[in-house]
Amino acid sequence: MSKLGNLGARLHRGEVSYDFIGHRKIWYGISILITITAIVGLAVRGLNMGIDFQGGAVFTTPKTSVSVSQAEEYAKEASGHDAVVQKLGNDTLRIQIAGMDTQQSDKIQTALAEDFKVDRDQINADLVGPSWGDQIADKAWQGLAIFMVLVVIYLAIAFEWRMAIAALVALIHDITITVGIYALVGFEVTPGTVIGLLTILGYSLYDTVVVFDSLKEQTKDLTKQTRFTYSDIANRSINSTLVRSINTTVVALLPVAGLLFIGGGFLGAGTLNDISLSLFVGLAAGAYSSIFIATPLVADLKEREPQIKALKKRVLAKRAQAAADEEVAEVRGYDADDDEPEDAPAAVVGPRSQPASRSRGRGRPSGKRR
Amino acid sequence: MAAPKKGRNASAQSKPGRSLALILIAIVALTGGMFLAGHTTPRLGIDLAGGTSITLEAKADQGSAINKANMDTAVEIMNRRVNGLGVSEAEVQTQGDRNIIVNIPKGTNSKEARDQVGTTAKLYFRPVLASEPTGSAASASPSPSATGSATASPSPSASASAGGEKATSSTPSASATSQGRAVTDALKADSTPSASASATGSASPSASASGGATSEAALQAQYANLDCSKESVRAKTGDGAKPGDTTLGCGEIQGVWYKYLLGPAAVDGTEVKKAQAVFDTQTAAGWQVTMTFNDKGAKKFADITGKLAQNQPPQNEFGIVLDGEVVSSPYVNSAITGGQAQISGSFKQEEAQSLANMLSYGALPLSFREQSVTTVSAALGGDQLQAGLLAGAIGLALVVIYLVAYYRGLSLIAIASLLVSAALTYVIMSLLGPTINFALNLPAVCGAIVAIGITADSFIVYFERVRDEIREGRSLRPAVERAWPRARRTILVSDFVSFLAAAVLFVVTVGKVQGFAFTLGLTTVLDVVVVFFFTKPLMTLAARRKFFASGHKWSGLDPKSLGAKPPLRRTRRPSAPVETKEA
Repeated sequence: MSKLGNLGARLHRGEVSYDFIGHRKIWYGISILITITAIVGLAVRGLNMGIDFQGGAVFTTPKTSVSVSQAEEYAKEASGHDAVVQKLGNDTLRIQIAGMDTQQSDKIQTALAEDFKVDRDQINADLVGPSWGDQIADKAWQGLAIFMVLVVIYLAIAFEWRMAIAALVALIHDITITVGIYALVGFEVTPGTVIGLLTILGYSLYDTVVVFDSLKEQTKDLTKQTRFTYSDIANRSINSTLVRSINTTVVALLPVAGLLFIGGGFLGAGTLNDISLSLFVGLAAGAYSSIFIATPLVADLKEREPQIKALKKRVLAKRAQAAADEEVAEVRGYDADDDEPEDAPAAVVGPRSQPASRSRGRGRPSGKRR
Repeated sequence: MAAPKKGRNASAQSKPGRSLALILIAIVALTGGMFLAGHTTPRLGIDLAGGTSITLEAKADQGSAINKANMDTAVEIMNRRVNGLGVSEAEVQTQGDRNIIVNIPKGTNSKEARDQVGTTAKLYFRPVLASEPTGSAASASPSPSATGSATASPSPSASASAGGEKATSSTPSASATSQGRAVTDALKADSTPSASASATGSASPSASASGGATSEAALQAQYANLDCSKESVRAKTGDGAKPGDTTLGCGEIQGVWYKYLLGPAAVDGTEVKKAQAVFDTQTAAGWQVTMTFNDKGAKKFADITGKLAQNQPPQNEFGIVLDGEVVSSPYVNSAITGGQAQISGSFKQEEAQSLANMLSYGALPLSFREQSVTTVSAALGGDQLQAGLLAGAIGLALVVIYLVAYYRGLSLIAIASLLVSAALTYVIMSLLGPTINFALNLPAVCGAIVAIGITADSFIVYFERVRDEIREGRSLRPAVERAWPRARRTILVSDFVSFLAAAVLFVVTVGKVQGFAFTLGLTTVLDVVVVFFFTKPLMTLAARRKFFASGHKWSGLDPKSLGAKPPLRRTRRPSAPVETKEA
């Protein structure tokens, strides 16, 4: 723990920090690259919709001793698709394969008859419709649209519209990447996948909001000081919640990673791969985008605001001046904040800084910060 | 947020025991309820546990053609009937051109489900032209009990729907009916019964039956010969009748089958806006279905009841005809204008609920016949599932290891919170199985796994706040209290977003998406409950223990290893050697 614990302490003191905002262009670039890859993947490979969405063929075998997993293999060989095999009450098997038309289904029927060593006529073939019909899909889209509108309104009220937009961008980013990777891997889309995507949607927003909450708190009285620009403070806010972000992501990802890598990789639980992959990619993207995309985006949008622009100008001017008379590193007291840079964010949040002031100015010389 | 410092801190510190007791009592009570209900495991979805598969075949009869549009509509309506809340995990799909497969998970009341999907639910309100009990038609006894004993009903469902407790209420009207017909059902409305003296204009059956004039005589003859006590006869009675026809019907009242001659439909089921099953506590009439008509239906209903009220019994009754069977035949003594009607038969709770359900979601465009019913195994192979669960368990073990490694003593609180959360989720899901048919499928299990992350996040946020406070140089007890309001806000703000998603999706969507929304909402609420009533109080209590308060090396709150500023006015330098020593 000590390593990470120390990291936490040092992040808290601001001794270590990563300039997320300063390097934002790199991360924007990376994200755009991944997103484009995802979109291309989606466009080229398309999504392989499962039987629940597009219907397919269903075969009913006569009473048989062939096991379910064996039948799955037969069906996969015969069709080239994943098949859902269920044992029915009378020891017959029901085999469902997505996206078949009558011709294909005839071929598979013949192939299956050979595998099962029965007459072709004994295997009953039929086409099935989707169980996840248009109505479910339509309503789902409708629900999502309403939710998006409401969440933007909520975030705009609880935070501000810039954060609402940034959260939305991060959300779209996460979903696009997840769907794109799904298309590239070529797994069949099942209702489980869709539920996985919806879970991601919830998680992505949740995570972004947690990060934004800290951002909002730290930038509350931003314009009352002249030492830091919005970006500086946004950056510190990310760094101060970094430990939380890492911990939460690890805790959320470990079980899913277990399903995906141990379950899918070693134990051969292929059926869980689809949902655990979408969850794994989505959770990782969700955690990443909150820090690397959403917050810098807010900073970018914020820096366009006249007030914040003016602040930046003042801060830069001040720094230039400070650099000019290097010797007099201690900046003449503009206000208390100037003397205790380390406490600046705390002072901004208010009450919390009160007792902290006992040790003010002891952290390090104020010039060291940046 | 620090404004109400003193008071809040004091009260917050005094409360932890109570909150903990509260949540423990809740868990014990819910667990007790779970064992009492006898459902100690959540119902599992078809993918995990298999279930029953029903194949229905569309019947080629009058009315609508068997085409894709009608089949799709039928699938949608059936889906909503068996999966009204989206949590029952039932699946409905077409097979071939004229078949529909309905898969319902194990543990569902499959008879009920079969009734729900197989019932066409064409509902008509038809005026009663004549009615009398069958099987003992000659006796025509006015006493319901007499006829009751005379005709032992052959129908298997008869025992199910026979509710004798209403005998008393039926007696007055029974004596009034000339044809010895006990009217057990009463129709109620918002309007007060104005006790309009029924003008004895009594149109004869043939006079008022204007619809099917041609076959009138034949129908009369059929009526005379109709024997509703035979199930084979009942099955055919009223088949193929168009809404505008005069028709025959059978209905059961307290175990006795009555035959009816029914006029053209006055109002039909499509004009029902909403139906609900309610338990009538006032008149002890048991379960009823209340219906609200749309405007058109309300007007028609007021018209027909106004007309009927002037007739002599039994022509002041109307038959509520569902798929050819008269489910209820209330009499009317004044026009009912409120646009609301009640069907009271001797329903059991499930019957009333499924009828309300069917009326709300509308009639199927086609009639269906049950072709086969068979069990199906789980769609996911058992061994694969085992492997998946094992993998998930390994992942969870890693989470525990990580928490212990990072939070040390604090991880006890974290793990206890996760356990409480898991216990609550499990118990509630088990209880929801029988109550709203909630079934747990694989996506829901995965959703629960992600919920672990979100629940864990809540106390990670809190722990980090506490640690920040300690780093500021506070001792543990004030740190715990000071960190809470800020952590609380973060938790509420972010959980609200999740809850918003759950609420919107639950209201708007149908099917599995709705089921997902339900699970998400449930886990979000539980997250808040656990953090507020368990993690925080436990933290407050822990802060009083020497182990934590003194910042023991293994408590996870050691100010030194956290790199806290020394509380005294000293320089930071001394902390540097501590770090190296630690590392």
